[in-house]
Amino acid sequence: MEPRTSAAICGMGHSMKRKEDPRFIRGQGHYVDDIKLPGMLHMDIVRSPYAHAKILAIHTEKALAIPGVLAVITGETLKGFNLHWMPTLMSDTQMVLPVEKVMYQAQEVAAVIATDRYIAADGVEAVEVEYEPLPVVVDPKKALEPGAPVLRTDKAGKTDNHIWHWETGDRAATERAFAEADVTVKQDMYIPRIHVASIETCGCVADFNKTDTHLTVYMTTQAPHAIRTVFALVAGHVGLSEEKIRVISPDLGGGFGGKVPVYPGYVIAVAASVVIGKPIKWVEDRMENLQADSFARDYHMTAELAAKKDGTMTALRIKTLADHGYADAAANPSKFPAGLFSICTGSYDIKTAFTEMDAAYTNKPPGGVAYRCSFRVTEAVHAIERVTDVLAAELKMDPAELRFKNFIQADKFPYKSALGWEYDSGNYKAALEKAMERIGYAELRREQAEKRAKGELMGIGICSFTEIVGAGPSKDFDILGIKMFDSAEIRIHPTGKAIARFGTKSQGQGHETTYAQIVAEELGIPAAHIQVEEGDTDTAPYGLGTYASRSTPTAGAAAAVAARKIRDKAKKIAAYLLEVSEDDLEWEPGKFSVKGAPQKSKTIQELAFAAYTNHPPGMEAGLEAVDYYDPPNLTFPFGSYICVVDIDRGTGEVKVRRFLAIDDCGNIINPMIVDGQIHGGLSMGLAPALFEEISYDESGNISGGSFMDYLVPTAMETPNWETGKTVTPCPHHPLGAKGVGESATVGAPPAIVNAVVDALSHLGVRHIEIPMTPEKVWNILREKGVAE
Amino acid sequence: MIPATFDYHSPQTLEDALALLQGHPDDAKVLSGGQSLLPLLKLRLGAAGHLIDIGRIPGLEYVKEEGGVLKIGGRTRESALEHSDLIQTKYPLLAQTAAVIADPLVRNLATVGGNLAHGDPANDHPATMLALRAEVVATGPNGTRTIPIDQFFLGLFSTALAPDEILTEIRIPVPPARSGGSYVKLERKVGDFATAASAVQLTLGAGGEVASVGIGLTNAGPTPLRAADAEQYLTGKQPSADVIAEAARRASAIATPSADRRGAIEYKRQMARVLTGRALKQAIEWAKEH
Ligand SMILES: Cc1cc2nc3c(=O)[nH]c(=O)nc-3n(C[C@H](O)[C@H](O)[C@H](O)COP(=O)(O)OP(=O)(O)OC[C@H]3O[C@@H](n4cnc5c(N)ncnc54)[C@H](O)[C@@H]3O)c2cc1C
Repeated sequence: MEPRTSAAICGMGHSMKRKEDPRFIRGQGHYVDDIKLPGMLHMDIVRSPYAHAKILAIHTEKALAIPGVLAVITGETLKGFNLHWMPTLMSDTQMVLPVEKVMYQAQEVAAVIATDRYIAADGVEAVEVEYEPLPVVVDPKKALEPGAPVLRTDKAGKTDNHIWHWETGDRAATERAFAEADVTVKQDMYIPRIHVASIETCGCVADFNKTDTHLTVYMTTQAPHAIRTVFALVAGHVGLSEEKIRVISPDLGGGFGGKVPVYPGYVIAVAASVVIGKPIKWVEDRMENLQADSFARDYHMTAELAAKKDGTMTALRIKTLADHGYADAAANPSKFPAGLFSICTGSYDIKTAFTEMDAAYTNKPPGGVAYRCSFRVTEAVHAIERVTDVLAAELKMDPAELRFKNFIQADKFPYKSALGWEYDSGNYKAALEKAMERIGYAELRREQAEKRAKGELMGIGICSFTEIVGAGPSKDFDILGIKMFDSAEIRIHPTGKAIARFGTKSQGQGHETTYAQIVAEELGIPAAHIQVEEGDTDTAPYGLGTYASRSTPTAGAAAAVAARKIRDKAKKIAAYLLEVSEDDLEWEPGKFSVKGAPQKSKTIQELAFAAYTNHPPGMEAGLEAVDYYDPPNLTFPFGSYICVVDIDRGTGEVKVRRFLAIDDCGNIINPMIVDGQIHGGLSMGLAPALFEEISYDESGNISGGSFMDYLVPTAMETPNWETGKTVTPCPHHPLGAKGVGESATVGAPPAIVNAVVDALSHLGVRHIEIPMTPEKVWNILREKGVAE
Repeated sequence: MIPATFDYHSPQTLEDALALLQGHPDDAKVLSGGQSLLPLLKLRLGAAGHLIDIGRIPGLEYVKEEGGVLKIGGRTRESALEHSDLIQTKYPLLAQTAAVIADPLVRNLATVGGNLAHGDPANDHPATMLALRAEVVATGPNGTRTIPIDQFFLGLFSTALAPDEILTEIRIPVPPARSGGSYVKLERKVGDFATAASAVQLTLGAGGEVASVGIGLTNAGPTPLRAADAEQYLTGKQPSADVIAEAARRASAIATPSADRRGAIEYKRQMARVLTGRALKQAIEWAKEH
């Protein structure tokens, strides 16, 4: 799509350089840890060495004897305010600080408040806690076995570790389809626990003013408004009232879902500030961040496909078990305990499907978050894209051919999926064809055959994913009852410049640029003249924040609608100034002119000035608008990825030789930013495929709890990403745009696994669990007798 | 990740540094690049009341050949070694080792002396120095002494350095013609310690046979290991593919790695074999070309 606006206006389709980058590049971003307030105190946290233990005693005397240590807060302290437990977003409960027992290693046990960050750390060392270890449950399958120790003894009458059971689709019809199928395949898969590991860890500065009872919290949060409401609801009884709570989310060094939850540290800092009346800073270190903050994934799945001999898929059945740790602290829309997993029929026209999901408690940190993923979509895509390749192998069919055979055809949209979603638009065939042509698929298959003859291991993997993002329509989507709309408020100043504020919150996505471009597109005001602000609940309109690729589908749409309201008013002013009727005016980006007399025109800047200086009689002065956008549907971005790998037969190392991503996110606001999102997303998809995992031993000791063992890939491990696009506009979004931030994280892992399995498929390998570490791959090579 | 309190000293001369060490006999640590010591302190896995920073002492960073010996100053940074022309053209084993230690940021601070003095078998330079048959020069209150590398590593995090000694120089015999070396490391990602790694330094005889060879293994036991059996086996032999494979097998037979997230014992031992084979091949290539 050619941009409609000039480079000077820089509306949609221009690769405008990011407006926020000068400050980030110069190290002048302003993060929570940069905030220093007069009289500010520091907090550090004592954490449990045990995964499950009774707390017998907490001795604070030695800590309190250290000069500069002012207080040690324990569960008993908070119990005095009834703040020792808090609700989770999923109607479960979670400890702020324990009174009776700890439930995971690294759990918060007490907090030390001191005049200096270093003294706080010394104080933490000096707190002595007596524990009595309890039996530990780390495996969710064992957690559900009869006789397993019941973990949530705080819940009256709870006799097991089961959290919930959820089903979608038609069980009986699916069973019939499987019984009648020519071919069926079944694959177990485990998507391990991983962590967002954003560059900036979590933290806050809580500042309660005892005189006017105002609370200001500078906080690493992706959803400042929701947090404000949660604070008001949860801590109303200690005097917090929503009009006196201000949550400010300053620059964020990455969020990826990890900054949606309310962590105990925030609540302790707020409570401490309320009691002490001084600002309190708490910022986690890296290991606390990895060990105690909400994880992602940890999903056990069994996926089955039924098909005809010719490869036509007839039914899909998936069973999942979610390990939520000791509390279901997922950050899903409330009505979706398993998120949007039911997108698992993917890009295929599968008429019958059934999913059955359960969740269990274990002695691990609570969670989980939708890490760069629209609520379990990553898991769903992994399941369908992997089991599709398993079916291809069973049928001895090329995986591309099997996909073409089953794709939902372009003329079938809007398409109602077997599990109830209405896919808005798509053209899956076009994306895969483009990917295959660009990467030279046929040539690669020839090369692979030659290499195999020589004993070399090379594989080609495809993933043709469909995403479901932009939650969401108020009919189904809410968090704690608050509907998942989002908002924009635009004010045009007299000189034709503007400020636009949003209920979302960028964590690196580039909202200051893309939102400005949307307004520029609609009003013709140069994007450079539009100041975008988010993250301050005192100034921004209410919204549910940024995650699940929802900002463009919701707040981006709100920006367009609000700008159109402004344009409508500007038109009235133009008609008045030009002394014609509104019907005689035509719009081109930046000005209204009289039809047939183009020299008679008014620019948007002139109209803005007139709105304050010479507005029509009877009209309100000013030029501004607000929109709360309730999307009619979700958006369904998609893509086809192809990955080429070589395997080192000596060491088991997987080398990604090429990776091509063809993405379709509808109309594009800023191509450079979309590319950047895809590059970042692919790297974050490579990570769990080959490197990252948090695991626990039998006693619940974490491994992978520091960057020594939690292997975030660097530029050195990351291949050269090749990208491309097709454009299938979203039919219901005002700009035809869809979300894009998460497509690559979701699409990359199965493409890489499919490539590695493909490299070994002639040896009978059908599946490999992620991360595909050198050792894991080498063990397979050895078992198959091909290790060097 | 905040260390306990310590005092920081930055002496300007070696004498002052030695005096400070003597003045705090049980409680002082030499601070060189700090890339091993500071993480230990920050994680409170270790403590020291006094850090004696040797970074302000002039004349401890150099790389030079003198009297048939390559001399590396005890405080020579890994990045200086990595970018030295002499090292790049004549000491492939050292050049390749420096290039895979940590990442460029760490290498700008970490020192070769610290890498050895730390006594960590996971560090890369210890095995390299075994293969090169280096000597370590230690300076203490009673002057200097020279410690052959085979007597330097005593156990996990334990070396022959006395608490009041400073490692001031590393000496390596200048290799004769037709010598070559190679360091091959398997790491999970850049900046990781070795899953396994093998250091090879060798010299070919006139007939193409292996005249002498040193092989060191990284992270294959509580100390870096010299693969003496493999060295003996190779010496005097024509390095055919079979001979290399057998030497590699013998080298891996001495490995006693421990299991961790990098891999199980068997995997690590097999990697010692595979990597030694590759290092031997590359060292031979280099020797033939130089
Ligand atoms: C992220 C990261 C990744 C790393 N990866 C690798 C790797 O892949 N391979 C590798 O080999 N190393 C690695 N290291 C370790 C790094 O190379 C260390 O810096 C090095 O091992 C120690 O050198 P240093 O100068 O920093 O010593 P310091 O940390 O200053 O000292 C280490 C120890 O040696 C003692 N010491 C130091 N110098 C002397 C001296 N001259 N005389 C007497 N005692 C002395 C100190 O007292 C201390 O006990 C890594 C480090 C980091 C932080």
